[in-house]
Amino acid sequence: MTITVSAAEPTSELPISRDPLPGAPTAPATLEAIGISAWFGKRKVLERCSLLMEARKVTALIGPSGCGKSTFLRILNRMHEVIPGAMIAGGVELDGTDIYSGALSPTKVRTRIGMVFQKPNPFPSMTIRQNVLAGLRLSGVTNNDKDALVEESLRRAGLWNEVGDRLDEGGMALSGGQQQRLCIARALAVKPQVLLMDEPCSALDPISTRVVEETIGALADDVTIVIVTHNMQQAARVSDRCAFFLVEESGEPGRIVEEGPTAKMFDSPDDQRTLDYVTGRFG
Amino acid sequence: MRRSVVVTVLEDVSADLDVPRRPTVRPVAGDRVFRAISTAAATVSLFIVVIALVFLVKESQPAFRAAGYWKFFTTNIWNPSLGRLGVGGLLVGTVIIALIALVIAVPLAIGMALFINEYAPPRLRQILTSVIDLLAALPSILFGLWGKAALQRQMIPISGWLAAHLSVFPFMRLSRQGASLAQSSLVVGVVVGLMIVPIITSVSRDVMAQVPREQCEGALALGGTRWGMIRAVILPFGRSGLVGAVLLGFGRALGETIAVALIVSLVFKANFHVLEQGGGSIAALIATRFGEAGDLERSGLVAAGLALFLMTLAVNFVACRVVARTSAV
Ligand SMILES: Nc1ncnc2c1ncn2[C@@H]1O[C@H](COP(=O)(O)OP(=O)(O)OP(=O)(O)O)[C@@H](O)[C@H]1O
Ligand SMILES: [Mg+2]
Repeated sequence: MTITVSAAEPTSELPISRDPLPGAPTAPATLEAIGISAWFGKRKVLERCSLLMEARKVTALIGPSGCGKSTFLRILNRMHEVIPGAMIAGGVELDGTDIYSGALSPTKVRTRIGMVFQKPNPFPSMTIRQNVLAGLRLSGVTNNDKDALVEESLRRAGLWNEVGDRLDEGGMALSGGQQQRLCIARALAVKPQVLLMDEPCSALDPISTRVVEETIGALADDVTIVIVTHNMQQAARVSDRCAFFLVEESGEPGRIVEEGPTAKMFDSPDDQRTLDYVTGRFG
Repeated sequence: MRRSVVVTVLEDVSADLDVPRRPTVRPVAGDRVFRAISTAAATVSLFIVVIALVFLVKESQPAFRAAGYWKFFTTNIWNPSLGRLGVGGLLVGTVIIALIALVIAVPLAIGMALFINEYAPPRLRQILTSVIDLLAALPSILFGLWGKAALQRQMIPISGWLAAHLSVFPFMRLSRQGASLAQSSLVVGVVVGLMIVPIITSVSRDVMAQVPREQCEGALALGGTRWGMIRAVILPFGRSGLVGAVLLGFGRALGETIAVALIVSLVFKANFHVLEQGGGSIAALIATRFGEAGDLERSGLVAAGLALFLMTLAVNFVACRVVARTSAV
């Protein structure tokens, strides 16, 4: 791939395409999980989890380790089935369309529902710019104004000011926090309607965490966000709604014990176990 | 009282000597023994290689002196009674056969490795992996026999077709009408190619299995297909390892002896008409001549072996440079 960043040319005269997928809506969408159960081989790890994740809202998934938050999140964009032997029951609707129905291919689903992983995973063989554009390349979408898209995505991820002048360096040459924001930019470049984040800050220092949290806040208007976090303050800071997952007895599958507006979940939850968890009394 | 003195002395020393030093470790007994054993093993194997090399160089001297160093590598003649020896054409022929083998083997092997790793269901993956290992252990004489007894006959019409339809490539042309299509470099190249498929498959499969899961999932989560993931993540990540796997196969193909000796009809002049009867191979020359060779010819065969060794060395050297450069990105 040749890279030309020409400052002289008025590259941004073309309107920035908000719609790289022809015909695909780009407005934030509502995601609804309906009676989701999940298995790894014979072992059932989630049971009948239903959750509404509204457009323009940040939903936080909280709960002790091993209760199935990551599994639930991965089911939301069909990444669960990538693991051999992984099984599901139930359905997930994106603005009313079942993503498992066959109306949408898994690759299409994943371009509309992006994902950011716990461990920053920029592609080491690519430059920063190529990383941002990787999603377009992978999903075979063409975009006429790549420079503008790179800048826009990096700005939305809060990274442009730090790397705007070294787009042709390798993606691994960044700090952990910058790498994570690069991964966010990479996910945003395909203009998803929903962004799933699995403990995006767990590998980051407090300042980078702050920056990523601000990024999340700024993104919430354009894209529905679902975030898994172990950090109760973070959940309280960034989310509008919260869902509390729990394995009640060891060996049982995880369930959603309670969900609701974040303020209520933290101040006066209905379930005693939720209160114990959010106040740090167990978990 | 005493302690404080010692401390003072230490502080003085460290303050004065602001020079870099490596902290020293006194190894424990078990570690010392193990270190001695492994050092000995390393020395012995290096020593054996050096001895072998010295032997080869020494034994080859009569031939080099008789034929002339330069001429030995540039002429195409094998007449020990006149003292005229030259393996230039055979060196070229060896490379031709090895290249044909690579053209056959690399796509098959990489495709196979990708299939096993990325597409095959778990059960099939296990079966295929053991089958590949089994094939890698098959003695090359079996490939040779099969090539001579079975494949050759099937190859003749294919060679004919290639000659008729791909004559835009000079090496696919025939030098004259009705030339024999048996015992050609192509037939040998195909046999050797199939022989090196397992080793290339096995190594590249290992290399590609090293790609971190997060990387692959990252590509899939961006809406990539399996093939997209392979192109964006697996192949770039495994690039230097894959080059290594291919070179391993190339080295084998260069040195392959029995199968080549069995099939090809040896000609000393480089034959670029790969579809036609007659090809060259250093290893096959040595294998077929060594038994009845007199002193000078024997020395000439050792010299030919040395030439093969140097060529393999050169290939590896170039390959290392390529790998070092491409993986530095
Ligand atoms: N690839 C896998 N194969 C088999 N079992 C798995 C696999 N991944 C997760 N599990 C099991 O599924 C259950 C749920 O795991 P999951 O990763 O969803 O938990 P989590 O809530 O994300 O935990 P954490 O907070 O530690 O990330 C766990 O009991 C785990 O052991
Ligand atoms: Mg998790």
